[in-house]
Amino acid sequence: MDLLELIRKPWPWYVAGPLIGLTVPALLLVGNKSFGISSSLRHICAACVPAGLPFFKYNWRDGIWNLVFVTGILIGGFLTVQFLDNPNDMEIAPQTVADLKALGVNSFSGLMPSDIFSVANLFNLKGFIFFVVGGFLVGFGTRMAGGCTSGHSIMGISNLQGPSVVATCCFMAGGFAMTHLFLPYIMQLF
Amino acid sequence: METKFVPGPTIVEETGNDMKRPEGLAGNLKYGILGILFGIVFVKAEIVSWFRIQEMFRLQSFHMYGVIGSAIAVAMLSVWIIKRFKIKTIAGEDVVFHTKTFRPGQVYGGLLFGLGWALTGACPGPLFAQIGAGYVVVIVTLLSAIAGTWVYGYFRDKLAPR
Repeated sequence: MDLLELIRKPWPWYVAGPLIGLTVPALLLVGNKSFGISSSLRHICAACVPAGLPFFKYNWRDGIWNLVFVTGILIGGFLTVQFLDNPNDMEIAPQTVADLKALGVNSFSGLMPSDIFSVANLFNLKGFIFFVVGGFLVGFGTRMAGGCTSGHSIMGISNLQGPSVVATCCFMAGGFAMTHLFLPYIMQLF
Repeated sequence: METKFVPGPTIVEETGNDMKRPEGLAGNLKYGILGILFGIVFVKAEIVSWFRIQEMFRLQSFHMYGVIGSAIAVAMLSVWIIKRFKIKTIAGEDVVFHTKTFRPGQVYGGLLFGLGWALTGACPGPLFAQIGAGYVVVIVTLLSAIAGTWVYGYFRDKLAPR
């Protein structure tokens, strides 16, 4: 079927971007919800390990919608890979492939490089840096910034909030710094 | 099963939930459906790919800039329309928008998140999609992100006095 074939191909930015943008009015109009994903991490803390900390002393049940939403994202990822997967390899910019090869990344099939994101690396230094340190920075940084790409960059900027523009610039600056300043040194460790 | 709760005034902003009427578990399922659609877009547009994030931070592909830019444009237009025509939610409530105030945490926290974004190839949303897509090691990344959030909560008063 032609339509299914079209859906199976990678979606271009001008299809995906507007669909992601439409999440903002969809959440607002369906239930007065402000788009934001990193809050889900806080609700999990508040629900599971509040430890008497004031930061986690609030009614996390107000955020159940958010936990259901991120569970949906997980299911969506599963369904896509099971039923709508792209039969061909991902096309990565040749210059990126060359740069990453120079850093020691050798696997370019799938969404993630298997020489980093594999179970074999769970208990070594590579895994510690990319999973444990990386994840910690994401969780710590987003909460300290009061939001992530969804809450600040999309919801905040579309609501014309100056602090969200500042936060987004800092997200990008941090990413450029890691990619160009630190990653070359980190990859030399392995 | 209905859950009864009274939203606290200082907390409302953080849960992003401004619906006055409680929705219960069944009512929350509609956010699951939105989440599933969102997750499908994430994976189909390869936004959850570590390689796409590397392309972005190396300025070697327009894809991610196109995605984020057009998402902001569509969201901004939608927000403007909702405000301009005072469109109400399907429950008939006024849509609530939040103003954010400048805090140093937006700069320091933003930079820290950026460092982690380039390492993991994921912001919080894609973490969930990566796990669903079968990259089981990302469960460790997610647990560590939850730990990071918790540690921030622990040190908050020292790091970013309000």
